[in-house]
Amino acid sequence: MNKQASDIAMKGADTAKTTPRKLGLKERYNLMTRDLGWDTTYQPMDKVFPFDEFEGIKIHDWEGWQDPFRLTMDAYWKFQGEKERKLYAIIDAFQQNNGHLNVTDGRYINALKLFFQGVSPLEYAASRGYALAGRNLRGVGARVACQMQAIDELRHAQTQIHTISHYNKFFSGLHENVHMYDRVWYLSVPKSYFEDAMTAGPFEFVTSISFSFEYVLTNLLFMPFMSGAAFNGDMATVTFGFSAQSDESRHMTLGLEIVKFLLEQDPANLPIVQRWIDKWFWRGYRLLALVAMMMDYMLPKRVMSWSEAWEIYFEKNGGALFEDLSRYGVRMPKYHEVAQKEKAHLSHQIWSTFYNYSHAAALHTWIPKDSEKDWLSEKYPDTFDKLYRPRFKHWEDLAKKDERWFNDGLPMLCQVCQIPMVFTEVDTDPTRISFRESDYKGAKYHFCSDGCKDIFDYEPEKYVQAWLPVHQIFQGNCGGATLPEVLAWYHFEPGVDNGDYDLSPDRANWDRWTGTRAAD
Amino acid sequence: MAVKALAPNYTGVPRDAEENFHGNRLLYLHWRNHLMFASPICIPVPPDMPFAVLRDEVLPGLYGSHPDFDKIDWEKVQWQHGQDDWTPEQAKSLADNGLVHKSLVQFRTPGLTGIAGSGS
Repeated sequence: MNKQASDIAMKGADTAKTTPRKLGLKERYNLMTRDLGWDTTYQPMDKVFPFDEFEGIKIHDWEGWQDPFRLTMDAYWKFQGEKERKLYAIIDAFQQNNGHLNVTDGRYINALKLFFQGVSPLEYAASRGYALAGRNLRGVGARVACQMQAIDELRHAQTQIHTISHYNKFFSGLHENVHMYDRVWYLSVPKSYFEDAMTAGPFEFVTSISFSFEYVLTNLLFMPFMSGAAFNGDMATVTFGFSAQSDESRHMTLGLEIVKFLLEQDPANLPIVQRWIDKWFWRGYRLLALVAMMMDYMLPKRVMSWSEAWEIYFEKNGGALFEDLSRYGVRMPKYHEVAQKEKAHLSHQIWSTFYNYSHAAALHTWIPKDSEKDWLSEKYPDTFDKLYRPRFKHWEDLAKKDERWFNDGLPMLCQVCQIPMVFTEVDTDPTRISFRESDYKGAKYHFCSDGCKDIFDYEPEKYVQAWLPVHQIFQGNCGGATLPEVLAWYHFEPGVDNGDYDLSPDRANWDRWTGTRAAD
Repeated sequence: MAVKALAPNYTGVPRDAEENFHGNRLLYLHWRNHLMFASPICIPVPPDMPFAVLRDEVLPGLYGSHPDFDKIDWEKVQWQHGQDDWTPEQAKSLADNGLVHKSLVQFRTPGLTGIAGSGS
C-alpha cells in the first residue's frame, strides 16, 4: 500500500461512523469526467489517437474544452430514465385510444413517413458517428460529450421507432425504414449527407453535425416536424419531440462550444473551420429542401411557410449568430444569399419532383386543394401563380380524367447533394435549370449549384465515389432494369406504398374509418 | 491534394465510369421551358445509336405526354451540347455527333413555352 492509499484508509477508519462527505457539483463533475482520461504510457498518444491530426486542426490545450452542462453519467441516466417513463406512458395511452384517428387528415401521415424514412435513420447514424468521434478525439471532455450524444441519438432512434410503430399498423410506407434508407433514391439525399460527415475526420464531423446541423439548422429540421405534428393532432410524435428537446438543446450548445474551442486554440484553425462551415451550411440547406416541401405541401394544417421559417430561423437568428462569431473571424456561410433567393421556389420545385416520381416513392403525393393553392399564392405572391400553379392545374385536370400523370424518365442527379437537378437560376431566369459541371480525370460531373460544385472541386477523390441511385439502377445494381423490379428491391408494395394519395389504400381506409368523403 | 485523407495520396475509384454501364453511356436530356418534367432526365444509350433514333423514338417516349410535344417543329429546334450550341447530324451516331459519357443535351422549341406559358 502506498502512502497516499494508506492515508486514505486511515482517514476512512477515522470517519467510518459519519456519513461520507457529499461531493460538490464541480468536484463530482471532475471526478466523473475529466478524471476518467489519462495519457497512455505503453503506447504513444499519437498511435492511440491516429485520427485527430490529419485534418490540420491544432489543439494546444484540451483542458480549454468547456462542457456547458457539466453533466455526469449517473445524472444523465437519471434524467433520461424519467423522460422515458413519461414518454412511454403517453405512447401507451395514444395507442389504446386509437390516437391515429385524431390527426387532421390522412394526408398528414405522409409527413410522418418522410420523417421516419429520412430522419430517424439519421438519428441512428448520429449515434454511430458520435461513438466514432468520441473514440478518435484525445481530449477527455470532448470524448465524454460525444459519448452522451451517441447515447442520446440512439435513444431518439428507438423512441421514434416505438412511437411510429403504432402508425405502421394502419398506414403504408412505414414498414422498413432502415432498408429503404440504404436503397431508395430520395433517401440517398440524407444518407449521403451523413456519410459524407462520418467519413471525414473527427473535427469535421463534430463541426458538420454539432455546429452546422444541430446549432445552425436544427430549428429548420426537427422543429418543423414537431410543430407540424402538434398542429395536426399527432400527439405521439409531439411527445417524442418533447422528450428529445432537452437533448437537442444540449446538442446545440455543444455545437457552439466546439466551434469556439477550435477557433480559440489556434489561428490556423480558422480557415479550416470556415471552409467546413461553408460546406456544411450548403449540404444542410440542400437537405432541408425536403423539409421545405413538407411544410408547404404535406401538412393539412400549416404551421408557417418555408419562406417564413427561413427568414426567422436563418436570416434573423442565423444572422445574429454569425455576427456574434465574427469576433473569431468567422463570416456568414458562403452562398447563404442563394438560399435566401431560392426560398420562394424551393418547396414548389421539390413537391413537383415528388409528384413526378411518386410511382417510385413510399409516400403519396396529391394536388393541393384550392384553398391550399390560395394559401400558397398568398405566401408566395411572386412565384406560385406565375410559375407553379399552372402545372398543378394541368396535372389536376389530367387526374380528373383518370389520367394521373407520372414522369416516365429517371431524373438526372447532382453528384454531391444527390437531389434531382430541379433547382433553377432564380436570380436571372427561374425557368432555367441551374447546371454546373466539372471535368475531373477525363470524366464529367454535374452539379445543381455553385455550392455543390465547390464541395466536389475541393475533394473530387471523395465525391467521384458517390452512389447515385439512378446511375446504380442503370448499372444493374438495384434488382433489375424495370420499375417493378426496382420497387421490389426497395421493398415497396406497388399500388399500396407508392402513387397518388387519392388512389391509395391509405385514403380509402381513412375515409372509411373517419366516415368522411372529402368534399373535393 | 484532391481529398483530405488519413493516407497520403489516397485516391477513390469513380463509381460511374463508362465501363460500368454494359456498353451504354449515360445521356442527360433537358427540354427547356418545360419544367412539368421537374428535372432533366437521365438515360443509358448505346453510343452508336443514330441521332435520328434519339429524336424520333426516344424523345417521344419521354416527353410525348406534354401537350406541347406534338406541336414541335423539329426543323426549328435549337440544340445544345452542355451549354454550347450544337447542330447534330441526323444520320450520324451520338458518338460521332460528339456526345460522350454523361453528356448533357438541351433542346429549345421556339414558340412553345409550356403549360399556360409558365415554362412548365
